[in-house]
Amino acid sequence: MTANTPIDTGATAWVLVSCALVLFMTPGLAFFYGGMVRSKNVLGMLIQNVLAMGLISVIWAVVGFSLAFGGSNKWIGNFDFLFLADVANAPNLPGYVGDFALVIPPLAFVAYQMMFAVITPALITGATADRLKFSAYAILIGAWAILVYPTVAHWVFSPNGWLFGEGALDFAGGAVVHINAGAAALAVVLVLGKRRGWQREAMPPHNLPFTVLGTGILWFGWFGFNAGSALGANGLAAQALINTQLAAASAMLAWLVVEKLRAGHATTLGAASGAVAGLVAITPCAGFVGGMAPIVIGLVSGVVCYFALSLKTKFGFDDSLDVIAVHLVGGLVGALLLGLFADKTVNGLGADGWFFGGGADLLGKQVLASAATLVFSFVVTYIIAVVINKTIGLRVSNEDELVGLDQSQHAETAYQA
Amino acid sequence: MKLITAVVKPFKLDDVKDALKAAGAQGITVSEVRGFGRQGGHTETYRGAEYNIEFVPKVRIEIVVDDSVVERAVEAIRSAASTGKIGDGKIWVTNVERIIRIRTGETGPDAL
Repeated sequence: MTANTPIDTGATAWVLVSCALVLFMTPGLAFFYGGMVRSKNVLGMLIQNVLAMGLISVIWAVVGFSLAFGGSNKWIGNFDFLFLADVANAPNLPGYVGDFALVIPPLAFVAYQMMFAVITPALITGATADRLKFSAYAILIGAWAILVYPTVAHWVFSPNGWLFGEGALDFAGGAVVHINAGAAALAVVLVLGKRRGWQREAMPPHNLPFTVLGTGILWFGWFGFNAGSALGANGLAAQALINTQLAAASAMLAWLVVEKLRAGHATTLGAASGAVAGLVAITPCAGFVGGMAPIVIGLVSGVVCYFALSLKTKFGFDDSLDVIAVHLVGGLVGALLLGLFADKTVNGLGADGWFFGGGADLLGKQVLASAATLVFSFVVTYIIAVVINKTIGLRVSNEDELVGLDQSQHAETAYQA
Repeated sequence: MKLITAVVKPFKLDDVKDALKAAGAQGITVSEVRGFGRQGGHTETYRGAEYNIEFVPKVRIEIVVDDSVVERAVEAIRSAASTGKIGDGKIWVTNVERIIRIRTGETGPDAL
């Protein structure tokens, strides 16, 4: 492969647009979660998500991108691209040669990957809602964006990473984003503890219309997330886009049917939750499956994630807005189903899953990648959370929690009487 | 003069207002309130978890009327607000010692 792959203008245009689409998902997530908390905590939720857009963008440019995509070591990147040095004019990025050569400017790739780095720690806010101190949150996700995210991104996304080398597939971040954030959310919640009054008093969502608005923004942005991950404007991007739509649609239907049968009503929150569960599950699969596989993946994820809701009451951890049930479990469902449904006729750089004549080989690799991501993220995040808890403390005081994060952390209220 | 206070289901407010006008009431005051009676709230379901919502939204209606209108007004509220189902609300009547119209300073029934 020559050092200078020609830039494809169509691909570049699509990836630049996809950057904006993926960025938009973070405020979408803010509204998705913001609607589900009590009214005294809605600004606390919104600002935590928005802060990720500020803090993680800077960290990504300074050191995150370099740790994720620099050098040829298979465990971790290096400091070659610190402060984005030499990226703009790099003939290619490490590992992105041959079949993996980029046809977009390296800076477009930096920006696109930045948006993933931004939204991933923001997903944790749903688990820690209503009680995490703002300063502790900022340190937590700052440390996480340096110590956890780039490592997993390197393992899975970089062609030099060890899980990539093993042949594990993750098209748009089922492991890097969803299993990673879900495992981190579990670790933080275990250190942080439960909300005061959890399971004794009602904590119903204060504004489900916000949640539906947020779902719409997430769904819209997810086309950039998944179809943009083709890194080209081509048939693969189109395949990823239709897969995304079908999985979200069928997961929403599955969730609604199950909750109607189990609890008696099809709910607005259920429709929103089901759609997001389907979007999560299709993320790793989007560019590797075809036909009606996305519908099966959507249906399975809708049902499995619904039943995963009860994990928190069974095991007694207060994952406030069900990040573990939707993102960790949904991510695992997608990663494992990819081992069954992957199809090389869709993407020659992929593999054949069990149902397409590839045997159990790919499924084994998917289990390995999922387990490695889950364990690494959980352990390192747990250590970060314990260190913060022992120093400045993770939680707000009881009084501040009762008053609400809006007033106690930010001296604002969302709604004037 | 009497103060009639009624707590009714919110969607019955328009019916009650029309019935009171027909019964001769000059004006009414309405506020949105929450509370529970024997109905004891209702349940809501979020992601499979059931919550008992104790304080149910209601509308409180207050009118001051001349003694001669009280029975007609109470009956108007009762028949307009009734659905026959649990949670229809309550009406109570209390004595009013004085009433003053702010603009003119009139007192008693003239102030109504």
